[in-house]
Amino acid sequence: MSDFSFMIDGVEIPACEGQTILEAADAAGIYIPRLCDHEGLRHQGSCRVCTVKANGRSVAACTQPAAPDILVENENAHINKLRRDLVEMLFHEGNHLCPICEASGNCELQAMAYRLDMTEPTQFPYLEPCRALDASHPDIALDTNRCISCGRCIRASQDVDGKGVFGYVGRGIHRRVSVNGDTLADTDAEVTDFAISSEVCPVGCIIRKREGFTTPIGEREFDKALIGHDIEEKRDD
Amino acid sequence: MSEPRLIEISPVTRVEGHGKVTIHLDADGAVDEARLHIVEFRGFERFIRGRLLWEVPVIVQRLCGICPVSHHLAAAKAMDMIVGVDELPPTAEKMRRLMHYGQVMQSHVLHFFHLASPDLLFGFQAPAAKRNIFEVLAEHPELGRRAILMRKFGQDVIEATAGKKIHGTGAIPGGINRNLPVETRDALLEQIDDMELWAQNGLALIRDYTMKNLDMVKGFAAFASSYMSLVREGDGALDLYHGNLRAVNSDGSAIFDQLDYERYHEVLVEDVRSWSYMKFPFIDTLGPKDGWYRVGPLARMNTVDFIDTPLADAARTELLETNHGMPQHAVLGNHWARLIEVLHCVEKIRDLLHDPDLQGTDLVATGTRRHDGIGVIEAPRGNLIHHYEVDENDQVTYCNLIVSTTHNNEGLNRAVKAVAVRALSHQPTITEGMLNEVEVAIRAYDPCLSCATHALGQMPLKVEIVDAAGNVIHQRTRDA
Repeated sequence: MSDFSFMIDGVEIPACEGQTILEAADAAGIYIPRLCDHEGLRHQGSCRVCTVKANGRSVAACTQPAAPDILVENENAHINKLRRDLVEMLFHEGNHLCPICEASGNCELQAMAYRLDMTEPTQFPYLEPCRALDASHPDIALDTNRCISCGRCIRASQDVDGKGVFGYVGRGIHRRVSVNGDTLADTDAEVTDFAISSEVCPVGCIIRKREGFTTPIGEREFDKALIGHDIEEKRDD
Repeated sequence: MSEPRLIEISPVTRVEGHGKVTIHLDADGAVDEARLHIVEFRGFERFIRGRLLWEVPVIVQRLCGICPVSHHLAAAKAMDMIVGVDELPPTAEKMRRLMHYGQVMQSHVLHFFHLASPDLLFGFQAPAAKRNIFEVLAEHPELGRRAILMRKFGQDVIEATAGKKIHGTGAIPGGINRNLPVETRDALLEQIDDMELWAQNGLALIRDYTMKNLDMVKGFAAFASSYMSLVREGDGALDLYHGNLRAVNSDGSAIFDQLDYERYHEVLVEDVRSWSYMKFPFIDTLGPKDGWYRVGPLARMNTVDFIDTPLADAARTELLETNHGMPQHAVLGNHWARLIEVLHCVEKIRDLLHDPDLQGTDLVATGTRRHDGIGVIEAPRGNLIHHYEVDENDQVTYCNLIVSTTHNNEGLNRAVKAVAVRALSHQPTITEGMLNEVEVAIRAYDPCLSCATHALGQMPLKVEIVDAAGNVIHQRTRDA
């Protein structure tokens, strides 16, 4: 049952009161790229990869409520260029060495770069952060050089696990995700936490120890299809 | 000659990695000193520190694009020890072996046909424009086609076991992450008869070349030395994946035998010299002057008691008969030995493909954590040692790598000098063909300078002539 409809790239999308553009698009089988948003977590609207134009104005689809009769532009060269630039900046901010990263093939950042045709190193100089790997916890490690500050782990830990293991520190470009203690071992994080699960961290920052490379190449999540294929498969043209 | 001179060959071509040769001529034009310099630095041993133990086999294989599997497996074997696994499930060990035989096969085929065969088919002094794989393809199209397909087969085996032809992820601490699907097995088996026939043809080519030019081969950069490799526990057979260390003197007598490779540091010491980033290992009991040794295909033919596949074993016997059953010291004998190993790998791959264990589902074993791990393997270019220490947080705290080309450092330098003395001494002009002879000697070792030095970058070689005062007076440089 829908309350109203709106248009995305010329396709009529049914929507209910309170749905965001992204939620309504997902339900209709239209994929809008996103990194900081994750089903089951509250929307944050920080990565801006889900930027669309709603009646000509740039908005984050994950936080912008759907409204009757709005005209949304999602897939076009201009918007995808904007998204690709955002993704490139995420690569430029961290050390995303896909060839040696255990998240490779399951990494949403890598998969988004493929989807958005980022075919070469970023046009921006790399910042090359040099943060020590935190392997103090017996079952979990953190390589924050790979963190894209999406905050999914923060929301998962606070809202789902009820713990607050992770939080933001710093401001502006220096803002980054940190743990609520000197090291991860000082927190009450457990490997069974939702925040630690493979679906929450979109990159290779949160590492469940001893899992790396156990999934063969060819069987990893994005080996066979582009990111978003699960949503697009719901669409009946 | 009135002035001392320095010749520099830079870069050395048709080898993997970045190096140069300097040849010092005295005032009479006689070769005074000749050295192979490794001029790059990489530093894997340092930056692997702090990384997590299961990342190590994937990271360190990036040392090389030619034989990454060797580093992948040597590191995985070391990590097996760290996670307390002394015996892998049969499926895991056999998948790793299959990967390794595919790797050795494709690397040897690449070296022999693509890099070395132009020297043998067209002559050491042939024009530089002639000495490349494209000319081989033009003049010997069937040979060239087979070389490409044999290399592809080896890479297909690697892909079937590691997920990718280059830099896959098959081996994990304690096991493997996949088995071999029946369809993949059958696709490989369909090609195995061709591979065996072509390996035999390639072997016949180098055997006939060697026998026809035996005096030249025996005299070209040939000198006696000690040799070292893994041999199979118990019977001393060739085993490229696992075994104990054996070192033999030039007459074949043992220096040490069936030594657990975890004790490598008790018998091997590494010397450092100011002019190269590559270390000079030697056998401790014999000292730095006499303790140097060689590794690689010919070394393995000299150290092992036999080969456990019939065609390769017969070929080894034939090779050693050229020196009355004693160790063969001719550096060009490496090419023959390399083709024997290609045949051995094909025979091994055939046996493994018929083994139902490859379809097993028990892929990983577990054990009690240890602090130290040492993995040793016979890589295409020779013995390869990986040694790590890992702390209680699973982070690497120490890494030492001794790669095949490093073991061969002294041998390479002696080969360069031997050829330089013969080809360059008292020559009024130095021709490109003369310099290529120096490279032919280097190339026979199939050195991987990137691995040895841990160098970043392209693959070149350079020759210099320096005068007695150390001034560069003649230099030939070729771009990579």
